[in-house]
Amino acid sequence: MIKAVMMMNTQGKPRLAKFYDYMPVEKQQELIRGVFSVLCSRPENVSNFLEIDSLFGPDSRLVYKHYATLYFVLVFDGSENELAMLDLIQVLVETLDKCFSNVCELDIVFNYSKMHAVLDEIVFGGQVLETSSAEVMKAVKEISKLEAASNSISLVPKSVSGWRGR
Amino acid sequence: MSSSSTSIMDNLFQRSLEDLIKGFRLQLLGESNFISRALEEIRREIKVTDLSTKSTALHKLSYLAALHGVDMSWAAFHAVEVVSSPRFQHKRIGYQAITQSFHEQTSVLLLITNQVRKDLNSANEYEVSLALECLSRIGTHDLARDLTPEVFTLLGSSKAFVKKKAIGVVLRVFEKYPDAVKVCFKRLVENLESSDPQILSAVVGVFCELATRDPGSCLPLAPELYKVLVDSRNNWVLIKVLKIFAKLASIEPRLGKKVAEPICEHMRRTVAKSLVFECIRTVVSSLSDHEAAVKLAVAKIREFLVEDDPNLKYLGLNALSIVAPKHLWAVLENKEAVVKALSDEDPNVKLEALHLLMSMVNEDNVSEISRILMNYALKSDPLFCNEIIFSVLSACSRNAYEIIVDFDWYVSLLGEMARIPHCQRGEEIEHQLIDIGMRVRDARPQLVRVSWALLIDPALLGNLFLHPILSASAWVSGEYVEFCKNPYETVEALLQPRTGLLPPSIRAVYIHSAFKVLVFCLRSYFSAEESTLSFSAQEFSSASSSMNAFTYESILNLVNVIELGLGPLSGTHDVEVQERAKNVLGYIGMIKQELAEKLNLQDNETEVFRVTAFMEDVFSEELGPVSATAQEKVCVPGGLELKENLGDLEEICGEFLKPVESDSVSDTDKISFSVSKLRIRDQQEASSSSSPPHEASSLLAEHRKRHGMYYLPSQKDDPDNNGTPNDYPLANELANEISPDPFNPKKKPNQSKQRPVVVKLEEGDESRNPPQAKLDIETVNDDEYLSRAIQSALLVKNKGKEKDKHETNLNSGQHEKDESSRIEDQQNSEKKKKKKKKKKNGERSSKHKSRGRNVVASASEQVIIPDYLL
Repeated sequence: MIKAVMMMNTQGKPRLAKFYDYMPVEKQQELIRGVFSVLCSRPENVSNFLEIDSLFGPDSRLVYKHYATLYFVLVFDGSENELAMLDLIQVLVETLDKCFSNVCELDIVFNYSKMHAVLDEIVFGGQVLETSSAEVMKAVKEISKLEAASNSISLVPKSVSGWRGR
Repeated sequence: MSSSSTSIMDNLFQRSLEDLIKGFRLQLLGESNFISRALEEIRREIKVTDLSTKSTALHKLSYLAALHGVDMSWAAFHAVEVVSSPRFQHKRIGYQAITQSFHEQTSVLLLITNQVRKDLNSANEYEVSLALECLSRIGTHDLARDLTPEVFTLLGSSKAFVKKKAIGVVLRVFEKYPDAVKVCFKRLVENLESSDPQILSAVVGVFCELATRDPGSCLPLAPELYKVLVDSRNNWVLIKVLKIFAKLASIEPRLGKKVAEPICEHMRRTVAKSLVFECIRTVVSSLSDHEAAVKLAVAKIREFLVEDDPNLKYLGLNALSIVAPKHLWAVLENKEAVVKALSDEDPNVKLEALHLLMSMVNEDNVSEISRILMNYALKSDPLFCNEIIFSVLSACSRNAYEIIVDFDWYVSLLGEMARIPHCQRGEEIEHQLIDIGMRVRDARPQLVRVSWALLIDPALLGNLFLHPILSASAWVSGEYVEFCKNPYETVEALLQPRTGLLPPSIRAVYIHSAFKVLVFCLRSYFSAEESTLSFSAQEFSSASSSMNAFTYESILNLVNVIELGLGPLSGTHDVEVQERAKNVLGYIGMIKQELAEKLNLQDNETEVFRVTAFMEDVFSEELGPVSATAQEKVCVPGGLELKENLGDLEEICGEFLKPVESDSVSDTDKISFSVSKLRIRDQQEASSSSSPPHEASSLLAEHRKRHGMYYLPSQKDDPDNNGTPNDYPLANELANEISPDPFNPKKKPNQSKQRPVVVKLEEGDESRNPPQAKLDIETVNDDEYLSRAIQSALLVKNKGKEKDKHETNLNSGQHEKDESSRIEDQQNSEKKKKKKKKKKNGERSSKHKSRGRNVVASASEQVIIPDYLL
């Protein structure tokens, strides 16, 4: 099971955080800070694994990848494979790259909702359900279309039409 | 009118999430100010009836909650409102807020059941997906129970997009509501034969989780899983299947034989490192008895170790440490790579290499490995340096210094450690120095030498982390002063002015040690005098040969040095230091005068002699190691109940005993916990029964009759008070039992240097862990419930399948007969097993038949063994 997905920039600002077990927000913030404080102390070109039993409890593992100004972090337990999780980060980043054509930190900052759409297609309730970025893209496009459609109906707000009708 | 116009205004001028994010980046107010303003706005907007405004506000709130730690539990009801919107966009925002902030205790959780059901039944697959996601995250027992039919329907969906998510949600539903297994398990299992890789991946993932929680529940599925293992070429699927088999093989060893070959096949074939690593891990953790597989796995590990990729190196070392306990040769084969990894720049790799190296340590190579590690410790950063020191310390001290043969070497190593600049493990070294002193008599001379070197090292006094080591050194110098070459120098070292840098508690140890040295010197001076008067001083003969050098002048000098050094301390603020100093000064005051008067103190009647002899006696008692379980060896006196809760006794006794109090019965008699008092009471009763009964004692006797169960049993035979104190040994008893002749090492009789005796207390020398049985039982029970549900589901499922099949239907009557006679007729069933083996490659229907029977039988036996597979 995947326990958490985080994206944060190199200054430690979280850009996306998703915890698959319920956790109070204070605890979430504490974990994000804790992970960052370890990440930022690691040199380049070292392994992508972290021992984080102290933060997430026994039998939890963490992999991360560093792209430009962003850290992508996955926290998971013993029923996932470490290298597969690294691949999953790759899948996530590739998908985002297709979504935003050359994804950068700002895309992630301003597309909070779309980020979640992408992530939710890949990881479902802590389980990896999709690893093909083409499939993810298909679903995300559909979702965007649906959202746009539901929005266009409401160009004139209900309250306005009610008021005109009088 | 007015309300609708405000809502228009709100809607038109509402800041969207994007505006909020932009504002956040441009704000000059400071983050917390900006957030609290935004929150104010959100609180206003979220109350509006218009769902667009409300949902936008909720969206902003969930953003702030996720990334800025803002509490959003107060908006739970608004989330429920937004979710009920017919528009997809709102629904999505609502579901996102719910999954993010709801938990078991959220009160409005009850309100969403119908909405989720409605969305699960929606024709729009994306709405279904939202509802499934929500259920998989926050599903409670009630939700899982109420929505099981919908989930069951969705499991049969023709759309892969919905189906895979329905499979995913099953995990949560089973976990919260095990009865759902009966309904959904069959459909879930059917998917193991799906040709769609997405579906297969999802279902294997679910079984992997189920197997982690309770391997037994997946054991009956071994044939299907085996088929996936052999046929699938999807790495994600294979990794999960391997994980399942790793779990299954641990409870069913015969399975290992079967899966070892396909796993090796994957290992040879695949280029995907993740799959190779999973194969390696499966082999080394669960199939470690299959030699060929382990050999191949170790070969693959070696490939990982020589890779440049630090990830692979780390995982390779990781796998080695799993294999190490059972196959140490694998580590020894890769020794160079492991040692090389110690200087890797990656802290993970270094740490893993260190652990591996320590797993290799034995009595032959301990000095070599320690030497290598000490060199690395000198070069490393503080963190890793201390990790190394700690590893060496704990490996060497394991099981009462089991692997140490040459204690002189080890004691010197401890001294070396103290001099590593980054060393912060002072307390552990302190403990071992003292521990070795007490346990290993033969190591004491070297211990004193090393301590002396530490005491005079000026660098150590300034290092806070090393003060405990100095404390131990001082103690050793005082306690084993008879091995000291030059007591005068020891005293000088103990009283050097820079000891002012030490904390008072350690200074006290210094002073006390100086005291011991002084007493020893005086005593040996006197005994030397005695021996010149043809007294035999056997007990000092060994040590005093060098001490004979004491002259009157040197003794006087020593006394003066100590007096000079301690003089200022008698006025210090710290009571411990002050008291110790005053003790010594008082002693010196006692002897000094006589010492000055008489040049030759041959007369053993003098005050000095007697006092010194007395002090010598005080210090000569040898200190031994104390077992961690010493306290437990104290027998509880018979009849003393320690575990019974007597809290409610007072309440009951209170009313009865109040009048007693006035009747001159002492307070302690009110509630008598101890047997002796009870016996007194009994005697009183006995005596009072012969004389006209006392009012109080009659009341008590009556009470005793009514509440006898609360009284301690006093009638049973008197506990033998003489026996109990002798039952537990004195702490020092064991230390005194050190036999003078050297311990004969069993392993290496021809060793040049024999291992000295190490005093070892029986069990309980190491710190023991409290039993965790209770906890385990609870968790097991939880899992068992699920497992039982799955077992019974399999039963139902297979019966159902049997009914589906025509040919089975015909035979079903016979099957049942078989079942009933199975237990009595063991041999018969053995034959059938063989038949099954032959039929292994036959058509599926026969497989199902056999499984059906198997599971039914297991309902009584509680163990499911997939015979047909083996």
